[in-house]
Amino acid sequence: MLIGHFTEQPWQDDQSGLMGTQSTDLSISNAHYNPQVGSQLYNRYLDEKVYAEEMGFDALMLNEHHSTPFCMQGVTNVGASILARITNKAKIIILGNVLPIWDDPLWLAEQLSMIDMISNGRLVSGFVRGGGRESYAHNAPPHFNRERFEEAHDFLIKAWTTPGPFRWEGKHYHYRYVNPWARPLQQPHPQIWIPSTVSVETVKWTAEKAYPLVLLATKLGPTKEAFDLYHETAAEFGHKSGTQNVAYLWKVHVDETEEKAEEVGRKYLSGVSNPFLAGNEGQTNPAIMSLPGHTSRTSRRLSATAFGPAGRFGTNRRPYEDQVEDYTIITGTPKTVIPKIRHVLEYLRPGSVFFWDGDGAMSHDDQMRSLRLMGQEVIPAVREMAKELDLKSPFEVDTKTGEPIEDSVAEPVNAD
Amino acid sequence: MTTASQSWTEEMVDVAGSQLQVFKGGTGDPLLIIHDEMGHPGWLRYHQELAKDRTLVIPMLPGFGESAELDWMMSMHDLANWFLGALDDLKLENVDVVGFSLGGWLAAEMAVRCPQQFKRLVLVGAAGVRPSEGEIYDIFQVVAKSYIENSVLDASAVPEFKEVCPDEPSPEQLELWESAKESACRVSWRPYMHYPALPQLLPRLKRLPTKIIWGREDPIVPVSAGEIYHKSIPGSSLDIINQCGHRPEIEKTDEFIGLVKGFLTS
Repeated sequence: MLIGHFTEQPWQDDQSGLMGTQSTDLSISNAHYNPQVGSQLYNRYLDEKVYAEEMGFDALMLNEHHSTPFCMQGVTNVGASILARITNKAKIIILGNVLPIWDDPLWLAEQLSMIDMISNGRLVSGFVRGGGRESYAHNAPPHFNRERFEEAHDFLIKAWTTPGPFRWEGKHYHYRYVNPWARPLQQPHPQIWIPSTVSVETVKWTAEKAYPLVLLATKLGPTKEAFDLYHETAAEFGHKSGTQNVAYLWKVHVDETEEKAEEVGRKYLSGVSNPFLAGNEGQTNPAIMSLPGHTSRTSRRLSATAFGPAGRFGTNRRPYEDQVEDYTIITGTPKTVIPKIRHVLEYLRPGSVFFWDGDGAMSHDDQMRSLRLMGQEVIPAVREMAKELDLKSPFEVDTKTGEPIEDSVAEPVNAD
Repeated sequence: MTTASQSWTEEMVDVAGSQLQVFKGGTGDPLLIIHDEMGHPGWLRYHQELAKDRTLVIPMLPGFGESAELDWMMSMHDLANWFLGALDDLKLENVDVVGFSLGGWLAAEMAVRCPQQFKRLVLVGAAGVRPSEGEIYDIFQVVAKSYIENSVLDASAVPEFKEVCPDEPSPEQLELWESAKESACRVSWRPYMHYPALPQLLPRLKRLPTKIIWGREDPIVPVSAGEIYHKSIPGSSLDIINQCGHRPEIEKTDEFIGLVKGFLTS
């Protein structure tokens, strides 16, 4: 079992008028942005990651969104680079870089290799297609989103694994000299994980590659369905998938008393609006959320029937109580939280989990208390459970063969 | 297909290695109509009027309506080059052409490549050049219905507006709009709805009679773009229609028909 920590690193500024409102995504001027507040928050979130490692988390998860207050990581590789140097043991899991918005993926290959080397081989490199927001914010062509994702992915793998120089003359990317003077420390390359919310195409593509799939705060039922689809598809491609292939992120906050835990837990819903944070999704622009061609016509139909958590993107607004009821929010003291986590682990059987904490309007103190209690009581208990339930991460069991593996930073490869 | 009351036909034709859905109607010499970014809106009064003495040929562009998508197509240049081949196969040589908005841009791009393909050129609220004042409205920032509503100056004053944009669009209509936006996006995303070098290339149209028609209050492609077309094409004429948005053909139908017919018979 791999246990990770995650926060969107939300903007928090009581003076901004954005806290606790159902604001409209992509319509908030950065005139509201106070760099003094930004400076303090960036450092706060880095401090929390360092403490999470100290408290025993195996992994620090980072993500990226653009032109929006709900996630301050516009450049996830900056956060990962800093953590590479200031942390020691934890995996740095980027979920993920938004491949289609990169016009120069060679530059990305270089950055990720540097992060892997500086961190002594602790990088997990996740890739996403990104939503309409991301394409819109960086003016990436939405109708080629999937093509660019797949070509950039293939290019990165080749840039990491094939001795240069070589040429790349693709449809979307063109290089006459691929020879990055930086190579990943982990050989052949860092693990690639794929986070997802609702896309059937992505689940199938991920299973075909036997990459670990991370479901992001989806309800337990649809999450299980997505995992089942993953395992079925992986089997079709001859992979022996298991707990190592699937991961789940959801909201977990621990506190000193039940009352305090509920009071702080409700803060998930009272920060700046976040389309991915149930209960405080805010308003979204449907034209931008589904830019032309971003989702294939087939997938539009499937997601409507199979996976779409009804009302995703702006009309859901599930109250706190409902989310506690269906386990998508778990808050409490360690004593009450641990059995609830067990329920999730038994039901979904993920080999890796991420506790989404310290988000919304939660303060630094709120986060630090939770991290301390997780370290003291929750993480050790979850590790025991994972042993009992035989939940293995992709650093313990190979995602293609199902065989045990060594967590390795391999020998450098000779480039003849 | 055709019905007794219907004066137009629709067929699928094989052209330039692909399939196009083509609407046709009327009598007389062919007049090529190139639709805008939302596709052919159906047979309207201006079609009816123009079809009295011309045979209208209205192809759905690749990816629009029933016309096949062309996966390799990545830019307006690809579309213009391919479409010239399609016109060859449609036997449309030395033909009069009217292009609306995105279709006007396509007509202009084809004309700078091959001016002799056309006899006369009419550009209506054409995209393709960057306006000197204002910006081209971002159609991808709003849903299709809002875009159409925003494209006219006063929808309530446009008799055919509900035909183009029903209050409650059918699922089929929504899907048509969605596929239209996808196909428009493919050729217009970046640079958005224009090609920076086009004004430098337009002087090649000096021997092609060209009429430029614009709504003075065009909220989609500001009229300053029309002035750039006019300045860049020697001998062209520019007609600016007052109290009119992006769709003179339905907002000021009589005036529009008068201008087009006058030009085509000159």
